[in-house]
Amino acid sequence: MLTLLKKTIKTGWLNFIRNSAISIATCFIIGMTIFLITSLLIMKDVADYLINVIQEKVDISIYLKDTVAEEEILVLKDEIAKIPEVKEVQYVSRAEALDRFVERYKNNPVVIESLAEVGNPLLPALNVKAWQANQYDAVVSFLENSPSKDLIDKVDYHERKPVIDRISAMTATFNALGIIMSLVLAIVAILVAFNQVRLAIYNAREEIAIQRLVGASNWFIRGPFLAQGAISGVFAAVGAALIFSIAIFILSPKLTVLFSGLSISGVFLSKFWLLFFIQLLVGIGLGVVSSIIAMKKHLEV
Amino acid sequence: MLKFQNTTKIYDKNHIGSIAKVALDNVSFEVNKKEFVSVVGKSGAGKTTLLKLLLAEEKPTKGRVFFDGQDVHKIAKPSIFHLRRRIGTVFQDYKLLPTKTAYENIAYVLEVMGYEDEEISRDVPEVLKIVGLSDKSHSFPAEMSGGEKQRVVIARALIHRPDVIFADEPTGNLDPYHTSEILKLLLNINNFGTIIILATHNKEIVNNLKRRVITLENGKLIRDEEKGRFVL
Repeated sequence: MLTLLKKTIKTGWLNFIRNSAISIATCFIIGMTIFLITSLLIMKDVADYLINVIQEKVDISIYLKDTVAEEEILVLKDEIAKIPEVKEVQYVSRAEALDRFVERYKNNPVVIESLAEVGNPLLPALNVKAWQANQYDAVVSFLENSPSKDLIDKVDYHERKPVIDRISAMTATFNALGIIMSLVLAIVAILVAFNQVRLAIYNAREEIAIQRLVGASNWFIRGPFLAQGAISGVFAAVGAALIFSIAIFILSPKLTVLFSGLSISGVFLSKFWLLFFIQLLVGIGLGVVSSIIAMKKHLEV
Repeated sequence: MLKFQNTTKIYDKNHIGSIAKVALDNVSFEVNKKEFVSVVGKSGAGKTTLLKLLLAEEKPTKGRVFFDGQDVHKIAKPSIFHLRRRIGTVFQDYKLLPTKTAYENIAYVLEVMGYEDEEISRDVPEVLKIVGLSDKSHSFPAEMSGGEKQRVVIARALIHRPDVIFADEPTGNLDPYHTSEILKLLLNINNFGTIIILATHNKEIVNNLKRRVITLENGKLIRDEEKGRFVL
C-alpha cells in the first residue's frame, strides 16, 4: 500500500514536471484563489474591528437624582452590570462630571463664569455600554421595570436612539454585504480554479483513454492526477502565503493609518498558522476535488 | 476463447444528416486457444472495429462478443480493466503515453497489474532488447520514428504474457528486417499458447504464415479458411 502511494506521488510529481507549462498555469490560478480567500478572511477581521470601533463610541447615560446617595448608586451600578447585554458600566460622580465639564470648556470664559455663579448643576450618572448597538433597548427596559427606577432622573437613550439605530442598521448591512461579497468572490475564484484544472485534465484526455485501454483501473489512473492536483495546491498555497506575507508587511504601515490604528501585520501574524493551514487546505482541496470531478467524463472509455 | 456472434456495428446511425456507415455486418466466428489468425481486408473493411468491440471500447449495434465465455459488453465499465489486462494490443495508431519514455510506457502495463519493482526492472530491459530498442529506453514517443514507436507498442502488448495478442497492422511502419523479426516473435509467443490475431494488409506475410485467414470485405466476413491465403 505504502509502495503504491509512493509510486503514485512519484508519477504525479513526474507528470507535474513534464507538463510544466500547464502546471505553472494551474498553480498560478489556484494561488490567486487562495490569495483572494485569504484577503477575504483578513478583511473580515478588519471589518469586525471597524464595526467594533464605531460601536465603542456609542453609550447611554443614566442621570440620577442629586438626592441619591453614592451607596445606592453603586448598588444600581452592580445590578446593571449583571444584565447580559451590558459590556461595561462606569460611574461618574457629580464632582467628576464637573471636572470633565470644566476641562472641556476651559477655553470658554463665558461658560466658566456662568458655572461659578450657579455652582455644580450636574447630576451623577452611570454611563452604560452594551455589546451591540441594538441591545440598548434591553437595558432601558430593565431600568423601566427595576425597583430602583425612582432613583433615576432621566436616561438619554431616547435622544440618542436615532443615531444608535442608524449605527445598528449600518453594521448589520456591512456584515450582510461582507458575507454576500465574500461568498460570491470565493465561488467565482473556485470556479475559475476548477476550470483551470478541468482544462489541464482535458489536455490529458487521450492519455487517460490509453491508460484505460491497456488495463488500468479507474483508481490507478486517478491516483497520479490527484497527486498532481495536490502538488499544484501545495505550491500554490506556499506561493500565495509568501506573496501575501510580503504584501502585508509592505502595506501594513499605510493600512494601519487607514484602519483607525489596526495593525494588519499584527492580525496576520497572530493568525499566520491558521491562515496557512486554510491556504493549504484550499489549495490541496481545489486541486484534488477539481481533478476528481474533471476526470469523471474521461474515465468512461 | 473468443467469439463474435452475429455482430453488427453501424457508426453515426443516429446523427442527423450523416450517412450511417456499416463497419461490421453480421459477423460470426470463433477463435480457439493457441490459434494464430490473420484478419485481412482493405482499409475500412472492419478489422479495427473488431478490436474496438473486443476491448469493449465500442458497443455492437447488434450481436454479441464473448471472451472466455463472458459477454464483454455486459461487464460494468469500472470492471472492464480485468478483461483488458488479458488482451495485449498493438494499436495501429500506437496509443503510447506521450509523457512517458519507451521504458515507462512498457513498465506501465506491469505497474497496472501490480508487478514488483524488481520484476519490472528485470523484464522491461529484456523486452526492449527483444524488439531492438535498448538504446531508446529513455526516449519519449515524440522523439521516436514510426517504426520505433510500433516496436514499443509491440513490447507493451506482450510483456505481461496476455492470453490474446491483437496486433492491428503491427508491421505497417517496419522495414523488412524488423517485420520478419516481429513475426518470428509473434509465432514464438503463439507456440507458448497465446492466441495471436493479426490484422494486416500485407499479402506476403499472410501467405508465408500458412495459418488461418479471415477475410473481411465492407464489414462482411466473406472467407474463413484454415491455412488460408490473402485473396481480395
